[in-house]
Amino acid sequence: MPEHFDLAKMIFGRLTLEAIPYHEPILIMTFIGVILGGIAVVGALTYFKLWVPLWRDWITSIDHKKIGIMYMILGLVMFLRGFADALMMRAHQAMSFGDNPGFLPPHHYDQVFSAHGVIMIFFFAMPIVTGLMNYIVPLQIGARDVSFPFLNNFSFWMTACGAALIMVSLFVGEFAKTGWLAYPPLSGIIASPDVGVDYYIWALQIAGVGTLLSGVNLIVTIIKMRAPGMTMMKMPVFTWTALCTNILIVAAFPILTAVLAMLSLDRYVDTNFFTSDLGGSAMLYVNLIWIWGHPEVYILVLPVFGIFSEVVATFSSKRLFGYSSMVYATLVITILSYIVWLHHFFTMGAGASVNSFFGISTMIISIPTGAKLFNWLFTMYHGRIRFELPMMWTVGFMVTFVIGGMTGVMLAVPAADFVLHNSLFLIAHFHNVIIGGVVFGAFAAINYWFPKTFGFKLDYKWGVHSFWLWFVGFWVAFTPLYVVGLMGVTRRMSHFDDTSLQIWFQIAAVGAGLVGLGIACFFIQIGVSIWKRKEYADVTGDPWDGRTLEWSTSSPPPDYNFAFTPVVHEQDAWFDMKKHGFKRPTEGFIAIHMPKNTGAGFIIAAISAVIGFALIWHMYLPAIVGFIALLAAIITHTFNYNRDYHIPAEEVVAVENERTRLLANHV
Amino acid sequence: MSNTHAATAGAAGIRTSESFYLKEEHHPENGTMLGFWLYLMSDCLLFAMLFAAYGVLGRNYAAGPSGADLFDLPLVALNTAFLLLSSITYGFAMLQMYKKKVGKTLFWLGVTGLFGLAFLSLEIYEFHHLIHEGAGPQRSAFLTSFFALVGTHGLHVTFGIVWLVTLMFQLKKHGITYENKRRVSCLSMFWHFLDVVWIGVFTFVYLMGTLV
Amino acid sequence: MFKSLTMLRLKRPLLLGTLLSLLLSGCNMVSLSPSGDIAVQQKDLLITSTWLMLIVIIPVIVLTLLFAWKYRASNTEATYNPEWHHSTILELVIWAAPLVIIIALGAITWVSTHELDPYRPLERISEGREVPMDTKPLVVEVVAMDWKWLFIYPEQNIALVNELAAPVDRPIEFHITSTTMMNSLFIPALAGQIYAMPGMETKLHAVINKEGAFEGFSGNYSGAGFSGMRFKFHGMNEADFANWVETNRKDGQALTRETYLKLEQPSERDPVQRFAKVDAKLFDAVLNRCVESNRMCARDIAAIDAKGGQGKTGTYNLASNAMIGTKIGLNASTQKTYVGALCTPEAPTGLASEAKTL
Repeated sequence: MPEHFDLAKMIFGRLTLEAIPYHEPILIMTFIGVILGGIAVVGALTYFKLWVPLWRDWITSIDHKKIGIMYMILGLVMFLRGFADALMMRAHQAMSFGDNPGFLPPHHYDQVFSAHGVIMIFFFAMPIVTGLMNYIVPLQIGARDVSFPFLNNFSFWMTACGAALIMVSLFVGEFAKTGWLAYPPLSGIIASPDVGVDYYIWALQIAGVGTLLSGVNLIVTIIKMRAPGMTMMKMPVFTWTALCTNILIVAAFPILTAVLAMLSLDRYVDTNFFTSDLGGSAMLYVNLIWIWGHPEVYILVLPVFGIFSEVVATFSSKRLFGYSSMVYATLVITILSYIVWLHHFFTMGAGASVNSFFGISTMIISIPTGAKLFNWLFTMYHGRIRFELPMMWTVGFMVTFVIGGMTGVMLAVPAADFVLHNSLFLIAHFHNVIIGGVVFGAFAAINYWFPKTFGFKLDYKWGVHSFWLWFVGFWVAFTPLYVVGLMGVTRRMSHFDDTSLQIWFQIAAVGAGLVGLGIACFFIQIGVSIWKRKEYADVTGDPWDGRTLEWSTSSPPPDYNFAFTPVVHEQDAWFDMKKHGFKRPTEGFIAIHMPKNTGAGFIIAAISAVIGFALIWHMYLPAIVGFIALLAAIITHTFNYNRDYHIPAEEVVAVENERTRLLANHV
Repeated sequence: MSNTHAATAGAAGIRTSESFYLKEEHHPENGTMLGFWLYLMSDCLLFAMLFAAYGVLGRNYAAGPSGADLFDLPLVALNTAFLLLSSITYGFAMLQMYKKKVGKTLFWLGVTGLFGLAFLSLEIYEFHHLIHEGAGPQRSAFLTSFFALVGTHGLHVTFGIVWLVTLMFQLKKHGITYENKRRVSCLSMFWHFLDVVWIGVFTFVYLMGTLV
Repeated sequence: MFKSLTMLRLKRPLLLGTLLSLLLSGCNMVSLSPSGDIAVQQKDLLITSTWLMLIVIIPVIVLTLLFAWKYRASNTEATYNPEWHHSTILELVIWAAPLVIIIALGAITWVSTHELDPYRPLERISEGREVPMDTKPLVVEVVAMDWKWLFIYPEQNIALVNELAAPVDRPIEFHITSTTMMNSLFIPALAGQIYAMPGMETKLHAVINKEGAFEGFSGNYSGAGFSGMRFKFHGMNEADFANWVETNRKDGQALTRETYLKLEQPSERDPVQRFAKVDAKLFDAVLNRCVESNRMCARDIAAIDAKGGQGKTGTYNLASNAMIGTKIGLNASTQKTYVGALCTPEAPTGLASEAKTL
């Protein structure tokens, strides 16, 4: 406590103008770019008078579909940032040999790889996966929305505010230089006294609240809001994997919250959870963070398994092979994912028996995963496979992912892991499963459900370019890393002495460039598709001859999703309806009960972000004020009892008649 | 869910177009209680982590004082009594709510809040005393994990009280409506949950810490 | 490359061997052609597990491509059976086949993890050569510092920064700790890595079978100077090793606690430094975090804590490194608070070192 009350310090904390990185040309250029882009966006919004619609129809929207779309946009924007980091790393490592120091000094390079990991996992993969679940699950189970629509909006804005804090760290202060899991003692206050780790902590804490609540929300949605007749074993596989994923979220994210809270106590009030003196234990942190961290891997990959299951069945024009074994495999993976965490640190010196236990339990996970792969394989068997874009991504996934699975099992053998741990082989392995799995799955999903979301298909030609560039680019980028990993080259190196390795990193950089072109093609694909949206329009709502309920409604679906709640008799409910000659009802519409939009979620999340920023910079006065405002906002929100309304029958009739007319013209 | 049965009953026969949708509005069961229960389980996990940290670090006194040196068991026992009593009075409030008696519900909720406040005051006194003696959370990993565990519980009680007061205003304003019933029930689960956690804290931290 | 592959115990098809070696020819795959017995066994394990996995992986890839081709929509010749979705036998097979492989791999894992446990003293020098009865392992005490390595040879009474050597075919026993960060001692040619952690001791048993200079470094990111945290590990014959030890003795300055505390300060890309006459209890003090004389050793703290702490009297028994730092001329930029050493009749000044020597 200072002797006298220093008001400036209470307000500004340790934030000074020095915090702006004037001396970093890369950052200043980026900053100027962002500012210009921001001005352009603000200008456009003002010019086209879009502020009100933006606030009314999007920011305050509690429609699960709009929130899903916003999650996807957030994920894609953050993906560009994360990929820019990846390109910088590849370029730097391709140069930084011998006398050449590369173009990034260590303190910058260390931030880049930390930010890359954090962004790709928390702010690309998570929003994409959550966005997909948000959009698709209620449609697949025949619901009008999720169980807690307001909470859904709030969750999204918490995630977005976490992402915003990470972006702010680019221009105000710096990001963590600790790697994406911020192990102490490195992330402790002695070794990392600056704001980087605090940005990390608060960004993840704020986003983590969002993730946890959206997990609760989707579990309840799936359990309570399924259409009549849809028993658990008649749920689409994607919904099953979403259920398991959200169970994992609810059972894993509190651990991250707790461990980050402990780390922040160590940093802010000098406690001794993870310090080396006065009794703390850094190994406790490593254990706890991986007890969250390993389930996190399955949080990302399970929904993707669900996506592939849907895609494979649809495009093979055939029922999914081994539905129940698929479901059980998912459940087994869910449970097993909690007893493997120690395989992330076999080298920490646990005894041989402990290491063996965790090694073998890790290998056991490959059994249900293998079963899933075989199920997809036998779904293709005796099918009629249409090689539309989602199916191409799926086949690309199957051949890529198995290699990642194999290298994963190699890493799971503790004695072999002593050689491969922390090596670029490990890096290649997890990119192999995350890109080959999650990213390929995300592209399959985007190509598959885009027509449902926007009413027109994505351009095929640019999609094919994107796929091949990604597929080839991935292997060109990561095969060299497998190779140098076997040469004993480890991760997070900002400089190499041995110039004979350089060629491998140059090849990898070329691969990253190819992936970059693949990403460019993807955005061109979207642009071209919007341009030709009339040509690619899908009026039927069922462009792929789909099998699940989301294809039974129009594209894009109306606010209320289904004019009449569907009744389910079989797995693949929509396919069953088509088989039995279902005719879309054209009369008898009634008023529909729907939740109302609210700005509370956005406001509460924004205040949280302000508090986070204040705490990062030790601006205690604004933090306290913010906290009071936060409480006030929450309490005010609870006084709002008027949260729903009815869409009048006439409006439903108007919307449905319009669709009837469209369908009639189409035929 | 009655319409469900009607719909599925029709499914036994030939599936006509009509058997694939409900003509009336579908009202799925409200999920708030389940959702809140799930949230409580996640909160439980948070406490589990703090207990785990205490389990790992709770004997690392760094050559400083231990629980046996610091804890004032009679005081903590009194505190425990406050919290347990508050759970009982919350139960009374619930009973009155089911009888649709707003005034008595408010009275028992108020008593619950007072017990909660008494609990908090004693806890703050205890913390203040410890820090004053130099046994603050910085002194050793044992004290760090102790303050974190007990403090997190205390924070939960604080927010519980804030919530309780808010709810009392809402009950007064809107009476015992469907929404308010649901809210009071959620807070009830939260309050009892904190009680259960405290029993764990009392046993695991205070009793075992003092009697070793 | 070929040679190392043919050395493998398992018989395997020539085709893939050739493919692998073609793929990897021209590069020095340390992890696949190591020079130390432990690393050799780890490599064997790596390759065995790869082969076992390939039993499933190759069919899956081949079948994926085959089915994708055969059942393409344009091939109307192929069987189309849209309702076929279940086959008990097939499902048994797809669960059982991976299970069998994992059982095999699990058995290998259990055995190899115990055999290659870094804490376990060596039983063989290389394949078919047991460790002779009278051989005592060479003890090397390793301290990972910010950002350099200190190697102490208690038997030879020397110490080095960023250089390590060992005689060929003599078992080495590493005792490893760290000053502040979590690092990882990794010499790929010798053996797999193990973490170096402050206040913790990890161990590694290994042996080098070939003469030569090999790369050693930290495998676990530890901050700004991490990339430069490298050293050379020399495998030498007995005579060369004796000479090397002698050179170090001659050139080396003494490594006292004071020198150590100065050495411990963060620095990057340090040249090799040689020390002779090493304080005999230095490593023990580093491990117990009581090199500073006013500081209680972790071992003593643990002993006190096991008896229930030091009571309220112990509350204020804290000291800091500021005084020590000023005394030896360091700027106290990072002030640390720790448990103070106790004054006892044996050590009236409370100096931990004193108490232990008595």
